[in-house]
Amino acid sequence: MSKEITGSEALILSLLNEGVDTIFGYPGGAIMPVFDCLYDYRNKINHILVRHEQGATHAAEGYARTSGKVGVALVTSGPGATNTITGIADAMIDSTPMIVISGQVASSLLGSDAFQEADVVGISQPVTKWAYQIRRPEDIAWAVARAFYIAASGRPGPVLLDITKDAQFGKVSNYEYKKASFIRSYQPIPEVNIPAIEEAAKLINQAKKPYALVGQGVILGGAEKELLTFLEKAGIPAASTVLGLSAMPTDHPLHVGMLGMHGNIGPNQKTNECDVLIAIGMRFDDRVTGDLKTYAKQAKVIHFDIDPAEIDKNVYAHVKVLGDAKQTLAAITEKIEENNHKDWLQEFRACDQREYDAVIKYELYPTTGQLKMGEVIRKVSEATDNKAVLVTDVGQHQMMGVRYFKYSQSRSVVTSGGLGTMGFGLPAAIGAKYGTPERTVCLFVGDGGIQMTIQELGVIMQYGVNVKIILLNNHFLGMVRQWQELFFEERYSETVMTNPDFVKISNAYDIPARKVETREELDDAIAEMLNYDGAYLLDVQVETKGMVYPMVPAGTCVTNILLGNE
Amino acid sequence: MENKTLFTVTIFSENTAGLLSQVTSVFTRRQLNIETLSVSPSALEGIHKFTVTTFSTKEEIEKVVKQIDKKVDILKAYFNTDEELVHQEIALYKLSTPEFLRIPSVEELIRKYNAQILDITETYVVIQKTGYYAETQSLFKELSELIGVLQFIRSGRVAITKSKTERLSDMLQSLDKKQK
Repeated sequence: MSKEITGSEALILSLLNEGVDTIFGYPGGAIMPVFDCLYDYRNKINHILVRHEQGATHAAEGYARTSGKVGVALVTSGPGATNTITGIADAMIDSTPMIVISGQVASSLLGSDAFQEADVVGISQPVTKWAYQIRRPEDIAWAVARAFYIAASGRPGPVLLDITKDAQFGKVSNYEYKKASFIRSYQPIPEVNIPAIEEAAKLINQAKKPYALVGQGVILGGAEKELLTFLEKAGIPAASTVLGLSAMPTDHPLHVGMLGMHGNIGPNQKTNECDVLIAIGMRFDDRVTGDLKTYAKQAKVIHFDIDPAEIDKNVYAHVKVLGDAKQTLAAITEKIEENNHKDWLQEFRACDQREYDAVIKYELYPTTGQLKMGEVIRKVSEATDNKAVLVTDVGQHQMMGVRYFKYSQSRSVVTSGGLGTMGFGLPAAIGAKYGTPERTVCLFVGDGGIQMTIQELGVIMQYGVNVKIILLNNHFLGMVRQWQELFFEERYSETVMTNPDFVKISNAYDIPARKVETREELDDAIAEMLNYDGAYLLDVQVETKGMVYPMVPAGTCVTNILLGNE
Repeated sequence: MENKTLFTVTIFSENTAGLLSQVTSVFTRRQLNIETLSVSPSALEGIHKFTVTTFSTKEEIEKVVKQIDKKVDILKAYFNTDEELVHQEIALYKLSTPEFLRIPSVEELIRKYNAQILDITETYVVIQKTGYYAETQSLFKELSELIGVLQFIRSGRVAITKSKTERLSDMLQSLDKKQK
């Protein structure tokens, strides 16, 4: 291409070169040249107008999480850009590939406190994988190529590109796009260390009680098949972190449940009984480990990760297997012996029975009293044949959601794991649907969280986004209330909410909605929601003081499990 | 408090804007005070070198270095203890010329510390001392007591490893091969 084009057009062409077909954004002064150019390309790039820039980032995250592609958000300078910071931080801690493109005041005005000027590169640096300001139109293609390479490769993460207005207006004469595949200061995938693989295989072959912890790294690396082959060959029980869920099907015989503060009893307890602990693409978050001083001290730890900074960060690894899980799991599978650990696996199942008797049966199959979150979630899951994508906000419904939803295929969980961002759910569900249009997307959200980004109902209305919204409404900030009940002497400081009529709100956005108050009407309401061709909101009145159990109180030993009813 | 050692962190980076704050924020997040900091172009064109000293434990400094190394524009970061390094700081002392002339034992002090005189005017004398922190500090103390110091400034540490191989150039060579 030899004709002169503007920087804005160079940006759009670069996005097209990276295969971008959907972006989430909001216009404003300093990004207007790009939006103007977008008008010419509206048949090639589907721009979704969100209602707040935070929504654009969460939608881009949801899109990335279900599609596996890089999510893109486009916003203006100043407040537009600062509104994206929460979503950027969320994507950083959950390793979500995302590019936020922000407009910036003209380069001649930089540093002058110009209208809508904010140092967004400086602000975002601690929460981005890379943040860069483009001040010349000829740098756009280079920077976009680099941004996509950095966001998607190795351990994925968010990248911010801040483009000054003069760079958008300025002319590029010899536009040429070349995808990036090498940056000398950046090595996304460490080389596989064969001796480490051999050492790990030796430990696994000798193990009597091997136990695998599956993290999101498996999904990000597209290593689901390699994981199952590995686990099945040696008969190793495996539990998932919240973000690792759906890497293997819930009902797989070797899947023993979920880890963490509200995880299953077996996965937590057996962490301190196994002899070889095999962590795969997970980062030993404090919500998983509890007190590190008492965590898996009896075990030899093998840590598979793509990010060298995660190795030995929280838990010392006796064997450190760096690399892409798809390669390292395939390599170790060749070196391990066929085995099964039936008795050991059975021990997990015994824990499951205890959990069923103490917690699950009350949560899933109550016959009296108000509706419970767990029963609603499991019913929705089953009504979709366990094939839907679960999107959650943050809080009690989130923990209930990930616990009781069931997964039959990968990339079925979209939730804010690391940052715990209330308000994530609704926009993320919109993005998740664009990321996988053929799948049913079910959003579970609390009455607190939905009100943090409720304006995004407007997006659903404008574009007819088919998401099923199940509002688990307990009229409380439930998770905080639970902690107040357990650890703050039932002093319910600022956790009671007087809520609006969500059915009316939903209807005002032209989204059909139904309030559900009794167990008898639940099945019918779920069927109505799922059968409706389009978005639908169920306002489910659940018990006001429900508790999420089991619970490992923060900072205590993983075997210190509260069960409530027991 | 745990026993903390003074570590020297050496960082090689691309010469891009904003890297200093990225580097320092890794220390800040872990509540480590930076004792000294020195930044300059390295022997290799286009590559900058940071030398940072901080009191820390080995476990902690390993994590800090990994977090720094992880940044996209950082080529390489590593840490050393004093035993593994030849290191130096430079200090400048401004003294009053009339006092300098009045007290003859200042000359002895300058000889003893092997300091140099950089500039003399009617009102002030500037002397320079290179050495370890303890040495420049000790001279500061003695000068203060003897004639008083008008101004004092000390640089961040610069350091060279005693290792026989040059880590960065080896790394760059293997990277070049990779690209080809």
